[in-house]
Amino acid sequence: MIDISSNVENILYLISAALFIIGIKRLASPATARTGNRLSAIAMLIAIVITVVKYTETNIEWIIVGLIIGAFIGVILSKYVQMTAMPQLVAIFNSFGGAASAIVAMYAVMYPSGPESTTFILASVAFATIVGSITLTGSFIAFGKLQEVISTKPLLLPIRNFINIVLLISILVFSVLLCLPETSDVSYLYIIVGLSLVVGILIVIPIGGADMPVVVALLNSYSGIAGAGAGFVLGNPVLIISGSLVGASGLILTRIMTKAMNRSLLNVMLGGFGAEEGSSGSNEEETRPVTSLTSEDAAMILGYAESVIFVPGYGLAVAQAQHQINELSGLLKEKGISVKFAIHPVAGRMPGHMNVLLAEANVPYDELKDLDEINSEFERTDVAVVVGANDVTNPSARTDTSSPIYGMPILNVDKAKSVIVLKRSMASGFSGVQNELFLLDKTNMLFGDAKDSVEGMVKEVRDLD
Amino acid sequence: MELVSLIIIFVLALFIGYEIITKVPPTLHTPLMSGSNAISGVVIVGAIIISSNTHSLFATIFSVIGIILATINVVGGFLVTDRMLAMFKKSKK
Repeated sequence: MIDISSNVENILYLISAALFIIGIKRLASPATARTGNRLSAIAMLIAIVITVVKYTETNIEWIIVGLIIGAFIGVILSKYVQMTAMPQLVAIFNSFGGAASAIVAMYAVMYPSGPESTTFILASVAFATIVGSITLTGSFIAFGKLQEVISTKPLLLPIRNFINIVLLISILVFSVLLCLPETSDVSYLYIIVGLSLVVGILIVIPIGGADMPVVVALLNSYSGIAGAGAGFVLGNPVLIISGSLVGASGLILTRIMTKAMNRSLLNVMLGGFGAEEGSSGSNEEETRPVTSLTSEDAAMILGYAESVIFVPGYGLAVAQAQHQINELSGLLKEKGISVKFAIHPVAGRMPGHMNVLLAEANVPYDELKDLDEINSEFERTDVAVVVGANDVTNPSARTDTSSPIYGMPILNVDKAKSVIVLKRSMASGFSGVQNELFLLDKTNMLFGDAKDSVEGMVKEVRDLD
Repeated sequence: MELVSLIIIFVLALFIGYEIITKVPPTLHTPLMSGSNAISGVVIVGAIIISSNTHSLFATIFSVIGIILATINVVGGFLVTDRMLAMFKKSKK
């Protein structure tokens, strides 16, 4: 322990917080993002070093052991995770972050060091403990659903909303008891933790696999808010600043995702979307005629186009066809054809996931266009190639008021001069709705595994000259 | 620090957060999530502070679990974000 005055300490924390802000600001462009992330890492190092130097007295060996174990696990996880598994990794990190915040907050009540805690501190403890515990178990369930260890189907308990409301009210009552000086007792804190852990499980379990991106974004926000709560408990500004940055980030991403799905956050949280869909649309065999073609025909169409837009969906990642699609796009570019990728916000399993998957396959980031950028370009495009995407290309979202996806922002693939759809079968997407795009005259279906189909197209395009 | 100053810091940070995060393009939303996740691991600072002031074995173990979890979050989060961002390349013209 070295005697650093609290002024010096706070100035160093301020520098660290400022670097976090600059670090995130540099994420505004892929060109500067990597240095931004490194700045944030340096900021973290500064915060850790000041804290170790100023506060550690007796337990330095334990602290170092903890840091080493954590760093080792962190390195292993980050090095070996597959890019397709990124949502699971973020979920599990959220879970750890939430748990750490809850531990830090609880400690202040379990092992008080100074004088009696004020009501404000106790309220902060309760807040950080509740949010942290919900984040811990909620993210764990989300992880299980993304990893498909737990059924991705929404699990709907009877009277679940009633149970949740009772639990939330009990948590509130025990929090008040904890905060009031006359009744305050540490045992209330344990009850709060127990109930919050249960709430975390119950709120995520009814949510379907397709809605997990929203859940992960929301829990990301919670992990930040829990951290800010722990900052209030300790009176530590750097915790408050970075916690609120992360809280804001998660909330913004949650809003973007719910908008892209045309759902309200409440609608997602009440859960059950996709639970009953099996009976409505997807079992109905599509009887209307569709035009199908071979990869040779598809290659011909592409070879004579001047502009092509690829529309990747999660089916592309499931088939692991990212590298093939990059190869195909490279061949087309060599022929002087303009190639772009149109990426819907919910194309992957978390916000921006598809962009990472394509970047991994060496698709340059300036060819990846988001919804607003690309939608006006479809009408000037010769061929749109849809790979493993479904609901986000369904034109009935614009026109058919009776459709469950009506109003959802879609990619205007149907405006392109011709459309090729790569798909396994005519099965419907998550929404259970049949896609009108597939029935258009200008649409050709190329049935089969996306990877095989794209590979076939690569071969045929090569043979064109 | 005084309660009021902490609340001022909190509110201002929320505004800054909103401003800078809305400027992150959709293409970087996954690195934003994993990177901000690493930043939320700054609760490691709190975990170190509580660990330095323990008087029983249980208290020590409890607080060191906090350090381990927060460190996984920090180290794993920054490294995986760096790994992702390294893959984003501009097209060669």
